[in-house]
Amino acid sequence: MRGRPLLVTNYADDQAMLKSTTQTVMAGLFLLFLVCIPLFAPGAIGGGESRIPGPTFLAGADWLKLLSELGIFAMAALGLNILSGLAGQVSLGHAFFMGLGAYTAAVLGSGPGALWGVGLPIWVWLPMAGLIPAAVGIVISPTAVRVRGLYLAIVTLGLVFIGEYVWRNLDFITGGSQSGRNFPALQVRLWREEEALLDLEASGTWLGFLNLSGEGKFYLFILALTVLFVIVAKNIQRSRVGRAFQAIRDRDVAAEIMGVDEFRYKTLAFAISSFYAGVAGALLAVEVGRTIPEQWDLLLSVEIIAIVLIGGAGSISGVLMGSAFVVLLPRLVQDFGNLLQQSAASGGVLATIFDPILSTGPGDFGVVNLSPGVAPGLGILQLNTLIYGLLIIAFLIFEPLGLYGVWVRIRNYWKGWPFTY
Amino acid sequence: MSRLLTRSTENRRAERDYENLLVVDDVRLAFGGVTAIDGVSFHVDDGELYAIIGPNGAGKTSIFNCLNQVYHPDEGDIRWKGKTVLGLKPNQTAELGMARTFQNIALFPHMNVVENILTGRHIRMDQTWWQGALWLGKGRRDEFENREVVEDIIDFLEIERWRKQPVGMLPYGIQKRVELGRALAMDPDLLLLDEPVAGMNLEETEDMARFILDIRDELGIAIILVEHDMGLVMDIADRVMVVDFGRKISEGVPEVVQNDPEVIKAYLGET
Repeated sequence: MRGRPLLVTNYADDQAMLKSTTQTVMAGLFLLFLVCIPLFAPGAIGGGESRIPGPTFLAGADWLKLLSELGIFAMAALGLNILSGLAGQVSLGHAFFMGLGAYTAAVLGSGPGALWGVGLPIWVWLPMAGLIPAAVGIVISPTAVRVRGLYLAIVTLGLVFIGEYVWRNLDFITGGSQSGRNFPALQVRLWREEEALLDLEASGTWLGFLNLSGEGKFYLFILALTVLFVIVAKNIQRSRVGRAFQAIRDRDVAAEIMGVDEFRYKTLAFAISSFYAGVAGALLAVEVGRTIPEQWDLLLSVEIIAIVLIGGAGSISGVLMGSAFVVLLPRLVQDFGNLLQQSAASGGVLATIFDPILSTGPGDFGVVNLSPGVAPGLGILQLNTLIYGLLIIAFLIFEPLGLYGVWVRIRNYWKGWPFTY
Repeated sequence: MSRLLTRSTENRRAERDYENLLVVDDVRLAFGGVTAIDGVSFHVDDGELYAIIGPNGAGKTSIFNCLNQVYHPDEGDIRWKGKTVLGLKPNQTAELGMARTFQNIALFPHMNVVENILTGRHIRMDQTWWQGALWLGKGRRDEFENREVVEDIIDFLEIERWRKQPVGMLPYGIQKRVELGRALAMDPDLLLLDEPVAGMNLEETEDMARFILDIRDELGIAIILVEHDMGLVMDIADRVMVVDFGRKISEGVPEVVQNDPEVIKAYLGET
């Protein structure tokens, strides 16, 4: 905060993850805020109405679900960031590895029933949901490390289509396109006993005084796992292996002459990225509850790539910002649409301001349609897709470093303030 | 001071159990119908500053690429400390103890100076990828130990003030110096320098010449130097080889080579 933040006197400080006191304090406070979100709900602490003051709506079931989804997408994107952002290998195949992780979890974690399931506890199925895709990634990588750039993108694209075909036909595992399948619940057991030690999907009381909803517990679990994955990703980035990845990305011939085994490190990047994807895929399936094979399609891959691009490839804070952006944007646009709709119905100020672009009935030509089926124009959902696409294009053209680049610019501006440099 | 920067030619020679550090024996390399190297032989000893000169396209950089096994010679043999390097991968030649800088700077542009030189430490670091990912105990200690070596190199090359800058933004002469530092960080026995002073002004050239001499004299590292700056080569090289059209046309101490009629013919044309 004060003093000389750039002055370091030992290597530990110099290579630290959070380099200054300000950074450490801010990160700590933000993490504390994230941990407290489920406690914003009335009656979260003890009995009665006592709670931690904060935006109550965040503690609602739908927002907690959304925030959990944010964490899950962040994990998947962190994996892709290691492969594409650090090691420079473009991959469209992330959805395949997510699907593989999900079905590994389903087979190992679900109890025996109509579909194949072994019924093992979470400490088996969750790590395996990462390890199996990592192993498959290693098996596949010899074909992938031979090609680069656009060709690699096409090879990995093929993976998604093969995956979708396989999932659709392995209906004793996936349930097929018609019905899909259920995924194991997030419950901690020692082995296969009836009563779960810890049920992360049912509401209950923790430590005797914290009343948490099932969504709240799920959210806290995802938060803890996301923090862990972020730390590991950051460590990978700042250690020997991360520098080897970046060396291959920047100059592959020079990297080899420095002693970096290109084949080995590309394979490793594939494996680590597939591990992240697999765990994220399993958790996504658990969160959604019931999914069909078509869930793991190209669109999911594109969504993860969008997160990395919008956030800023190669930067972990960028990936986190990108995930928040991509996951929360549809919700914000939708909420804004609802607000407009209410405002239009009651003749509010918002509707007056946005009147030129709103279309409320036949004969009213605006871009945004608030009465579907009656008036011309785009619905809220279509608007959402449109904004999404436009933003990706805008970021690629105006800020290739993504949200991270925007953040660095803002930070540098305030660092130098009131001077311009 | 790190162990890396306290060695000398004398104790390197005392340790050795081979005759010549590097022997290149009648190497030939052709791309389709174009012969790049046509039967070149030479040898380099510990602590020697050996220069290779010749007109553009003579095959100098191709020789380097053969040593590193980026190219695989069609015929002939390359022996490192008595053992052949043929069939190795480029990263394995690095582990043997060959380091290299490039004619067109090949730094990693998105990393800063420290990270670039640390990447040079890759083969000398003693951590697995998961130890690095955990950043506890061994992985962490290894990072800091190697960081110390990097600081010694930064000190040696006098690039302290650029330490934390992304290399893409540095002046050309400094980038060349960082690249030399990255090669030094590999703790090599032989340094391959591909035109280290190309495009530099007189002052930068003199600085670089001083560093090259220091590397040989203080660290005892053998150097093969490919360079067009005749003044530099004749001043600092122990022995010089002249190649033209992939063939060796002369070899010897600078004074002898300078007066060789074959060399004069290659550079100035027929008289």
